[in-house]
Amino acid sequence: MLQVGLNHFLFVSAILFSLGLFAVITRKNAILVLMGVELILNAANINFVAFAKYGTGGLHGQVVSLFVIVLAAAEAAIALAIVLNIYKLFTNVNVDEIDNLKE
Amino acid sequence: MSLFDIFFYLFALLTVISAFFVVSVKNVVHSGFYLLFTLFGVAGLYVLLGADFVAVTQVMVYIGGILILLLFGVMLTNKITNVEIKSGATNVLPAIVVIGTFAGALVSIITRTNWSESPSPAPQTTIGALGKLLITDYVLIFELLAILLLVALIGATSIARKKNENASEV
Repeated sequence: MLQVGLNHFLFVSAILFSLGLFAVITRKNAILVLMGVELILNAANINFVAFAKYGTGGLHGQVVSLFVIVLAAAEAAIALAIVLNIYKLFTNVNVDEIDNLKE
Repeated sequence: MSLFDIFFYLFALLTVISAFFVVSVKNVVHSGFYLLFTLFGVAGLYVLLGADFVAVTQVMVYIGGILILLLFGVMLTNKITNVEIKSGATNVLPAIVVIGTFAGALVSIITRTNWSESPSPAPQTTIGALGKLLITDYVLIFELLAILLLVALIGATSIARKKNENASEV
């Protein structure tokens, strides 16, 4: 059981995904919600790379994980721009208080 | 227990424990710094999985780019005089119930499935093979992602910049 195999990486990934989802659901600050999303993306990436090593697909899993990293960078940039605009409009970034579409 | 196993448990513990602190500490800046250790631990796991290029990309893009961006976001969305940058939490109890159930389901699926593990070849550098894949099989996705990243960055700067008062005249 102590011998590390595919299962162990999948467990780490599952825990990381659950913690990320927990952050997305419970945290008020929009930046922390974004950090939760990054945790979720990292969990998916661990799965891709783990299956690339232990499966028969060769390097394709690693290529997909690179694509996921690029998408995460684009997502973070756009989301932070939106958060900055929300801060200008409402002077806070608590996602539970921002409930109207315009001023 | 081989050296591989020891390093796996080291990096897995680093990742999971600091991820737990990311989602549980009150101070937003502390969360950001714990996220640094989580991302570093994930990069270590990539190295253990034989994905050297992905690990380096993880360190450069996540730690060097996204994390700095997030910390900038924390700084810019709080008043400078506000020393205590805190964030509360909502729906903690329902979230624990839902995510506990979900994590239990994930773990039971992982343990019950009979994964067929192919014996992995000796680890070697993946950069050459990855580069060939990126410009042959995945060239369309590669180019589309390049355009998407450009559009996203231009869009982000145009959304985030201050509105110019006499922009219509220029």
